[in-house]
Amino acid sequence: MHIHEYQAKELLAGFGLPIPAGGVAYSAEQAVYRASEIGGDRWVVKAQIHAGARGKARGIRLCSSDAEVRAAAKELLGCTLVTAQTGPQGLPVHRVLVEQALPIERELYVGLVLDRKRERIVVVAHPHGGMEIEEIAQREPEAILREVIEPAVGMQAFQARELAFGLGLAAPQVNHAVAAILGAYRAFRDLDATMVEMNPLVVTADGRVLVLDVKMSFDDNALFRRPQVAELRDYAQEDPREAEAAEYGLNYVALDGDIGCIINGAGLAMATMDMIKHAGGEPANFLDIGGGASPDRVAKAFRLVLSDGNVKAILVNVFAGINRCDWVAEGVVQAVREVHLSVPLVVRLAGTNVEDGRRILRDSGLPIATADTLAEAAERVVAARNKARAA
Amino acid sequence: MSILLDQHTRVIVQGFTGDKGTFHAKEMIAYGTRVVGGVTPGKGGATHLGQPVFNTVKEAVAQTAATASLVLVPAPFCADAVMEAADAGIRLVVIITDGVPAQDMIRVKAYLTRYPAARRAVLVGPNGAGLISAGKAMMGIMPGHIYRPGTVGVVSRSGTLGYEAAAQMAAHGIGQTTSVGIGGDPINGSSFVDMLTLFQEDPETEAVMMIGEIGGSQEADAAKFVKEHMTKPVVGYVAGLTAPKGRRMGHAGAIISAFGDTAAEKAEIMRSAGLVVAPSPAELGSTMASVLSRKRSRVMVPQ
Repeated sequence: MHIHEYQAKELLAGFGLPIPAGGVAYSAEQAVYRASEIGGDRWVVKAQIHAGARGKARGIRLCSSDAEVRAAAKELLGCTLVTAQTGPQGLPVHRVLVEQALPIERELYVGLVLDRKRERIVVVAHPHGGMEIEEIAQREPEAILREVIEPAVGMQAFQARELAFGLGLAAPQVNHAVAAILGAYRAFRDLDATMVEMNPLVVTADGRVLVLDVKMSFDDNALFRRPQVAELRDYAQEDPREAEAAEYGLNYVALDGDIGCIINGAGLAMATMDMIKHAGGEPANFLDIGGGASPDRVAKAFRLVLSDGNVKAILVNVFAGINRCDWVAEGVVQAVREVHLSVPLVVRLAGTNVEDGRRILRDSGLPIATADTLAEAAERVVAARNKARAA
Repeated sequence: MSILLDQHTRVIVQGFTGDKGTFHAKEMIAYGTRVVGGVTPGKGGATHLGQPVFNTVKEAVAQTAATASLVLVPAPFCADAVMEAADAGIRLVVIITDGVPAQDMIRVKAYLTRYPAARRAVLVGPNGAGLISAGKAMMGIMPGHIYRPGTVGVVSRSGTLGYEAAAQMAAHGIGQTTSVGIGGDPINGSSFVDMLTLFQEDPETEAVMMIGEIGGSQEADAAKFVKEHMTKPVVGYVAGLTAPKGRRMGHAGAIISAFGDTAAEKAEIMRSAGLVVAPSPAELGSTMASVLSRKRSRVMVPQ
């Protein structure tokens, strides 16, 4: 799960990290009020979306009067911001962060990630912040600093010191940076984050160390024990169908094709989509209905897939283990009747009670094409899609 | 032979008396697995499915001499259950539970290193189908009837795609020694390399099928291992050709976030390391069939 920059800053402030004076605003009036609260004569107005690269997309505005703050907030709020990271459809801006603009001496990169290979939290730092870490890794891989954290004892002060000195900070700033890095580590650990990327962490002209921009992501599997994180979820930043699917406990990812997919198991779902592509089609979605595919869940899956107007044909592929094929077949029949299905449907069942499942589909009298193998299923659904397109 | 599990392995179930525990324990017993008891804290002393229930794994091990445990406890309590099993001397812990926090798995794996390698538990999972030694025993949630005894070892991140592979091989008359689902999470108890090591050592396993997916570097590590240490042929597949960058495809670990994470890149790494990559997921069985027949004909040729 992702959260907004201002939310991440508030969370980090709770762990003692220094952040610029600022506040969130939902309207232009509120933005001006925030600026007056902050004081000074220069502010930044930052669009809040779950993606980076906002600067180049004019999602971050430097302002030096109330009128400019008002104009910037007015322009950003309600717009759809397209950045290099959002995809062509962009993301809606419903909130802006108004912050004090500060004279900056140095920009640093400090990121904490869950390293799958090492099976550890790893802190990565680089003396030149502001760039994407991938870009840094390509340009100056030798300058990247790394500290691997031992889970039994957690991050030690010496590790943060090594990073701070490695970043070339002067003695007065080292202690501030050490406190910030250790605080970010505690936030990562205690909130079950998967990423905390402070980019940049800055040294201001007056010698302070501040988190100027930050991205945080969290482990979905741990949200049950982090209610303070779970409540920060912003559904407006997600595909509405994906949010709806999550409510039903289904896993849905919208894609660009026109063949709807309903499959049990994430691996089989990906493989089935691969097969559709091999057969000359493009999947409209990833959808894993999980182990217990009750008729109710199958019906919800159909509604979800059909809510994508591009869908020209549907493929159901279930390899039944826990859930028996006859049960899945009943669910499919019930769903097809309920949703008054108007696009061609191909169903492939395999595993426990497969004969019963096929019989139920056959006897239903519904126009359901069946397939015995994965290859057959993909070929049939692509053929059905082609026919539907031609019609 | 098989790896990790056979008909003599003494198995307990953690989360024995719950709905899932009951259902899967029944299936496992029906398949021939030697289930000798179970653990549900607070229900010790009871009998369930004709087997004793214990409050702690330590008691269960003392009374039943169990060496393997199937973990079906809910995600919030899973890490604790696994560490308890490891501490009680259980040598094989199969974790079916999905939704285990990644930092819990980091803690569990670090905890295991406190035991000397000679008594350290092997973890399989979480978020996987478990494992089955065809015709002998099953510790998992797979449909047992689709596996038939044979000579191919299967290791897969995905459960259902592992079933698909077994079914396709059955259509070619090919059976399995053991099939392992290592799970779809970013941090697994056992890696592809761990399982390939066991299959390479198992005299009955003639060839291995390895089914990966997008995300992480495990498939690349496995490819390197195959190149440097394996004499047995390995057929590979990587699911997720159509997955877009940065989107989680169901499994917590199935996300393309870095270079080398895509299906195409992984397949290329596998090919260049000498694995035979199935051209599509519908050709897992036929690819294995041709690899086996080539291998056998080579063996048949007189020197």
